[in-house]
Amino acid sequence: MWRYTLRRILQAVPVFFGTTLLIYAMVFALPGDPIQALAGNKPVPDNVLHTLRERYNLNDPLLVQYGKYMWGLLHGDLGENYTGQSVSDMLAGRWPVTARLAVTAWIFELVVGIVLGVWAGLRRGRLADTLVLGGTTLVIAVPVFVLGYTAQLVFGLHWRIFPTAGVDDGWPVSYLLPGIVLGAFGLSYVARLTRTSLAENLRADYVRTAHAKGLRRARVIGRHTLRNSLIPVVTYLGVDFGALMGGAIVTEGIFNLPGIGQQVFQSIQLKEGPVVVGAVTVLVLIFLLVNLLVDLLYGLLDPRIRYE
Amino acid sequence: MIGQRGVNGRAGAGLAAVLLAASLGLSACGGAAASGDGTFVVGHSEPDHLVPANTTSSYSFDVLGGLFDNLMTLTRDGRPVPLAAASVDSDDQRHWTIKVKPGQKFHNGEPVTAQSFADAWNNAAYGPNAYAANSYFAYIEGYDALNPEDENAAPREKTLSGLEAVDATTLEVTLTDPFRQFPLLLTYPAFAPMPKAGLADLKAFEEHPIGNGPYMMSGHWERNRQIKLVPFPGYAGPRKPKNKGVTWKSYSGAETAYTDLRAGRIDVLQTIPAAKVPEAKRVLGDRFLSREMSTMDYLGFPVFDERFADPRLRRAISMVIDRKGINKAVYNGTYRPADSLLPSTIPGHRPNACGEACTYDPAKAKKLFDEAGGFAGTLELYFSNSQPTYEQWMRIVANSIRDNLGVQDIRFREVPASEYFSMLRAREEKGPYRQNWEADYPSPQNYLENMWGSEGNRMGWKNEEFDELIAKGNRAADRAAALKHYHAAEDIAIREMPMIPLWTWAGQGGRSERVGNVTITPFSTGLLATEVTVR
Repeated sequence: MWRYTLRRILQAVPVFFGTTLLIYAMVFALPGDPIQALAGNKPVPDNVLHTLRERYNLNDPLLVQYGKYMWGLLHGDLGENYTGQSVSDMLAGRWPVTARLAVTAWIFELVVGIVLGVWAGLRRGRLADTLVLGGTTLVIAVPVFVLGYTAQLVFGLHWRIFPTAGVDDGWPVSYLLPGIVLGAFGLSYVARLTRTSLAENLRADYVRTAHAKGLRRARVIGRHTLRNSLIPVVTYLGVDFGALMGGAIVTEGIFNLPGIGQQVFQSIQLKEGPVVVGAVTVLVLIFLLVNLLVDLLYGLLDPRIRYE
Repeated sequence: MIGQRGVNGRAGAGLAAVLLAASLGLSACGGAAASGDGTFVVGHSEPDHLVPANTTSSYSFDVLGGLFDNLMTLTRDGRPVPLAAASVDSDDQRHWTIKVKPGQKFHNGEPVTAQSFADAWNNAAYGPNAYAANSYFAYIEGYDALNPEDENAAPREKTLSGLEAVDATTLEVTLTDPFRQFPLLLTYPAFAPMPKAGLADLKAFEEHPIGNGPYMMSGHWERNRQIKLVPFPGYAGPRKPKNKGVTWKSYSGAETAYTDLRAGRIDVLQTIPAAKVPEAKRVLGDRFLSREMSTMDYLGFPVFDERFADPRLRRAISMVIDRKGINKAVYNGTYRPADSLLPSTIPGHRPNACGEACTYDPAKAKKLFDEAGGFAGTLELYFSNSQPTYEQWMRIVANSIRDNLGVQDIRFREVPASEYFSMLRAREEKGPYRQNWEADYPSPQNYLENMWGSEGNRMGWKNEEFDELIAKGNRAADRAAALKHYHAAEDIAIREMPMIPLWTWAGQGGRSERVGNVTITPFSTGLLATEVTVR
């Protein structure tokens, strides 16, 4: 188990270099001149443009730029954006917001999703099952911005249950509504996965055996069926946590949450390579870590799985 | 509970009014705006910098306007009046003597002297600092020595030779050429003073600017969230705040800001998204703020391209643009169709200066078009993707050119905003392009010289007579004489039409019940935050 873990961590090193170079190259390849775009419509002398390009290494070829960036990174310097703000400050201000949002959405997904899934799975083909399947299909079909703006107007503006936007009310109040909107899609998946997986396993021979042995129903379902039914669900939840961290661009926009998603979106528009790479690198690391945790969790859920 | 006055008597607004009444009644629970401490909240976009000369963004100006007192400020109708200065005088429009009012202080207690202005301007004009408003200091003698032509050369000087702080309250400024608009230029936010402490540590200053204005920072700049300003007790100037402070809250989207205005979480919003305006008028009633702006849209021609070299062709295209119709169709009728090269908010604007060249007349246009020999090949129309309305009006213009002038092959070139200005700078456009200008200071010269002068224009249009008239206007001893020259220059630009004026923007904002006396000027002074009263 420990050897397996170490091997996985070592594998992350080339992945890290590969992804950062790839992202840097992609931002580099975007058309347009970020320095000119900063100035917009107002006149800027050539010498000022030139100075700024030199300052941010924009006159260098791609690999030299990337090399300079990496060199700084190894010294713990994440670089600056084109208005001279340090990237580490920018990200430090934004990670907490995104983390709170993602965790809120994730808990919502996990708890409500699994409960709905179990409820539907135990009542296969009955009204509860139909309701859950129908409702989740609807949620998956509605685009997130429709869901987000509607929820904001109804629950925020008209009914005043939640604040309309912003982070002024702190955690959890400010994050509940955006968390629910962000987690709605994943919740639907979790519910459907749980339901199907549980319904499959309930028909397995060992479940019949367990019943025949005279075990209580709750124990049969909780210990013998649900545990291994959750393997695909845990896989999905793990992958989805990374997606929640990086994919909250629309939700953060609607609810005016100054998180990472928005920062990446703005920085791509401004061609701020160091910011994009800095933010996405952290996301990559989170992805790698969560995937490792998920793989290790399998062993706890299903004793038949062993690590080599 | 906040008392609710009738929103408006329209039955159609019944449900909205009920909901709004409920919402306002409830806004006392939670929400930053309902704190009842005499401060108010304004929603806008995040500023880029708070060092005055390192930004040309109006969102930065929003905040800087409260933190700093420039030498001059603008009246509500756009005339320059002294603010931190006692007087700004010149006999020859080239050598200016500025007297700074004694006894003014920065927020950290440092006295405001002539040197505070000289230091700030030297810092801004020094090329290697690469400040956004660097070029605004080119009027001052010695600018070239700080910004050498050769990009890799180090500047010969560190300070502008044309600036001299004679004593604590006297600043002598020598300009490269006589420039009558200098007092107006001094109203531009980049010309704010800087304290010694700020210049010594610009990084710290950016997080916590130290100004000499009516408001000072309360805490640091909370990036992407808000900037809190509170009255500065040591302020001795004429702009004493009528409230207990203003918080500038950052929004990444105008839609959400508007929702927060309706929810009572912000008190003033200067721009409501165009799509929401009809609803906002209904819901906000007398709290809907329509305001004038000094931003004008134009359609420029690449005059360096032979196919657009004939002025008659350019005038013909101007005359098939149905400005009134587009205003109705795209802008709810709120914009002002252009009747001159200048917005009507600018002192010196002449109504109908453009005459028939800006009047929709397809028959006359076709005649001119044929006289010019028509147009062969593909007509490409350029605009950026930063606003959906650009494409809407471009399509209407294209249809009109097709129907009335018979140009069949028209293509749209929608360019990402980040590339748009690089493209124009490199002269890569092959057809008419959208462009706009927002007044730095309300003077005809600010539009004409920047947009049509041989030095700075993007069209590649060169007209010596035009340049000469602008220079004469800049040298003129009195305002009437200056205007005469500017108007004569404007007439040339209208006759030649290298760039077609389209319309002046209008702003639609709103306020909450809690605030009164909300004035938003159409100039760099923007929202007059100190004037706002809070219930």
